[in-house]
Amino acid sequence: MPTFGSFALLLALALSAYNLLAGGIALRQLATGRRGRISPEKLAETARRAGIASFVAVSCAAFALVWAAFTNDFSVSYILHHSNRALAAPYKFAALWSGQEGSLLLWAWLLAGYGFVVRLRHKVDVKLSAYASTILAAVQVFFLMVVNFAAPPFALVQGAVPADGFGLNPLLQYPEMVIHPPMLYLGYVGFSVPFAFALGALMMRYPGEKWIHITRRWTMVTWLFLTCGIFLGMHWAYEVLGWGGYWGWDPVENASLMPWIAGTAFLHSVMMQEKRGMMKSWNVWLIFSTFMLSILGTLLTRSGLVSSVHAFAQSSIGTWFWVFLVIVMAVCLFTYILQRDHLKSDHKLEALVSRESSFLFNNVVLLAACFTVLWGTLFPVLSEFVQGNKVTVSAPFYDRVAVPIGLFLLFLTGIGPLLAWRSTSLRSIRKNFIVPAAVGAAFGVAVMFAGVHPWVIFQGETGPFYSWVTFVLAAAVTTAIASEFLRGARVIQRHTGKNLFAAVVQLTRRNTRRYGGYLVHFGVVVIFVGFAGSAFNQSKEAELNYKQSMTVGPYQLQCLDYSEDTNPNYDTEYALLNVYRDGKFITQLDPSKRFYEASQQVSTIVANRSTPLWDLYVIYAGKDDQTGQPIIRAFLNPLVMWIWIGVIIVALGTLLALVPNSQPTSAVERGSRQSEHELAPARKAGV
Amino acid sequence: MKKRVMRALQFLVAPAIAAVIMLSMGASTDASRVSNLSQQLMCVCGCNEILGNCNHESCPDSPVMLAELRKDVGKGMSDQAVFKAFQAEYGATVLAAPMLTRFNVVAWVMPPLLLVLGIIGVMALVRKWRLRSAPVPAPANVQHFDQLRDRIRKETDL
Repeated sequence: MPTFGSFALLLALALSAYNLLAGGIALRQLATGRRGRISPEKLAETARRAGIASFVAVSCAAFALVWAAFTNDFSVSYILHHSNRALAAPYKFAALWSGQEGSLLLWAWLLAGYGFVVRLRHKVDVKLSAYASTILAAVQVFFLMVVNFAAPPFALVQGAVPADGFGLNPLLQYPEMVIHPPMLYLGYVGFSVPFAFALGALMMRYPGEKWIHITRRWTMVTWLFLTCGIFLGMHWAYEVLGWGGYWGWDPVENASLMPWIAGTAFLHSVMMQEKRGMMKSWNVWLIFSTFMLSILGTLLTRSGLVSSVHAFAQSSIGTWFWVFLVIVMAVCLFTYILQRDHLKSDHKLEALVSRESSFLFNNVVLLAACFTVLWGTLFPVLSEFVQGNKVTVSAPFYDRVAVPIGLFLLFLTGIGPLLAWRSTSLRSIRKNFIVPAAVGAAFGVAVMFAGVHPWVIFQGETGPFYSWVTFVLAAAVTTAIASEFLRGARVIQRHTGKNLFAAVVQLTRRNTRRYGGYLVHFGVVVIFVGFAGSAFNQSKEAELNYKQSMTVGPYQLQCLDYSEDTNPNYDTEYALLNVYRDGKFITQLDPSKRFYEASQQVSTIVANRSTPLWDLYVIYAGKDDQTGQPIIRAFLNPLVMWIWIGVIIVALGTLLALVPNSQPTSAVERGSRQSEHELAPARKAGV
Repeated sequence: MKKRVMRALQFLVAPAIAAVIMLSMGASTDASRVSNLSQQLMCVCGCNEILGNCNHESCPDSPVMLAELRKDVGKGMSDQAVFKAFQAEYGATVLAAPMLTRFNVVAWVMPPLLLVLGIIGVMALVRKWRLRSAPVPAPANVQHFDQLRDRIRKETDL
């Protein structure tokens, strides 16, 4: 199987290289009008088919690696280091992306998969798809070269083959790790498609904004995958790492956040181009940057340039990524300089207070957020270069710099949709903003009475202040979004006599993109509310004997039992705790610690009781060496559940925005529908 | 009359706010200071975790560092003094965020500076475009109302 896998990878590389070369020659011939012995159309078609075949070849390679994991083929070095006989089947499947080589193979496979769909759906626009397919082939060639020559997943073990593998990192033996990396990679890799279309459209001086329409769904689906991937990673960190938090501002986490932020900016600003033919250069550079940030993030985290808690961070493939990044940058820059006259705006901004300018501000703030993350990630390297000594840039830096920027974004989320296109009058601002502002202010006072004291900022504690601002903005933005729904629904109610709920449903179905977008904004608000809770986290640690108890917040935790257990994969130490509130039994929790035999590593299994108000998050921190009694660490983390609920709302909103409108909203469409209706009797009559 | 009411309100509200602030500004306990400071320092065992979050089995450094931190706080050292002591002992990488010294100031200044410059840039751009754009004459005769409505909808709908 390793030979088959290696051969499949080489074949995929050859096919992708053919796709790139033949596609490139064909497009050149089409652009210059020169013809060779084979017509450019035929050549382009063979290139497209080679691209499709490359997906089959990479699929075979991915299958070969998974097969090697399932059959315990420890002659393959990668399988030896990332699997063992006792490993459960789903995690053997997950071994594909558990290490450097496998995850790069997954990347190449997903890229080939996306390319497969683009090449299959080429009739959407044959010429533009040919350009996109050729550019995607170039990216494929790079990744296939990496997995063939720099990080081969089928490299064989030197000498005698061990009877069992070293096992999978215990931290990765968690159900979410089976779906989190593929989701994340689907997001990273997916941005290659809008990038390829944008670069292709620029190369061929594609008229109009059709390339945006073609790639809109790609971009949104990709963004959704990346969003889900990031939040699944957060949930995994929260449930598995056992430190009570979900985001540590580690370079690997930051690497996923940067393309997400740039992609979010692109999704917003591209609307300006669609609607008003503005910001064409900006949009092209945004999608170029998003793609390059995906590559840069991978480079930063896999080259060992910056320190990370993630296991695959140290390797020697950095040079490959540096070269690729420089080539991509050069191609983008060259194409842009050559074709920049094609990107002139059709319209210009007419007023500072308008929907257009809110999009611009939104983009500036998003890019400032992206820069902050990039800056914080790179500053240790810069500091070493300038000062000669490395510094650490971790959570306290981002809490002080990125949080205010995030809050400003939340503010813009609320006011943007309330502004009119072109220009907004003062009267309209007053009319649209007075209710959200009043609700925000009232809520601000209410939460102050509830115990959120923003004035502690004078004591140097920024957390409660930022939380208070978040609650105020959340209330105002939610009111603004709700008022948008209600305003439209009331009009429908007046015309149809439907009830409010039915009117809201009809309104949403009429313009799924707009109201789906509002739903996404609401999801973001809910996520921010979840984040705001972290300012009030509490924790306590205690050593508990039988029947002893500890208190955290309103909960009493009583130790019922502590013991050990074993199975072929790992040994477990656990405590059994009864949880009471005001003397009333609530639930039983069993935090544990696992010791994995194969990898000789320890993993924490968190016991978490999640409620909308707070999470009771309990960790088995180990045994006291002298007494042998379990040490229990308990956290009370407020509002965490709302983060996960918010992500679900964001996902639903994005899916809603992807659904076509139930009725045509355009007058021309209505007109044509009417004409069809008028022509129907004539057609029936055979005229 | 209105002014007088406002002035009276100011006299009533300002001291009330001040009192609330003063009351809430009590000295924080040693335990909460240790907890806060442990979030500003890194564990030096190589795990790249914040000291307060480092929870891996048998960490050789975090218990020692936390004990030191408790000792320093117990002595009544200020936050800055604690940071300096840790920096002297473990090097600059022990601080979870760079201090405001020399080149490190750049780390803190750049992101807000970029944001402010970006906002000023957008405002300047809008102003420039507004000055350049000529007023658009109103259409004298609208024959194809549907097409016009469609264009308006396209341009103004999200």
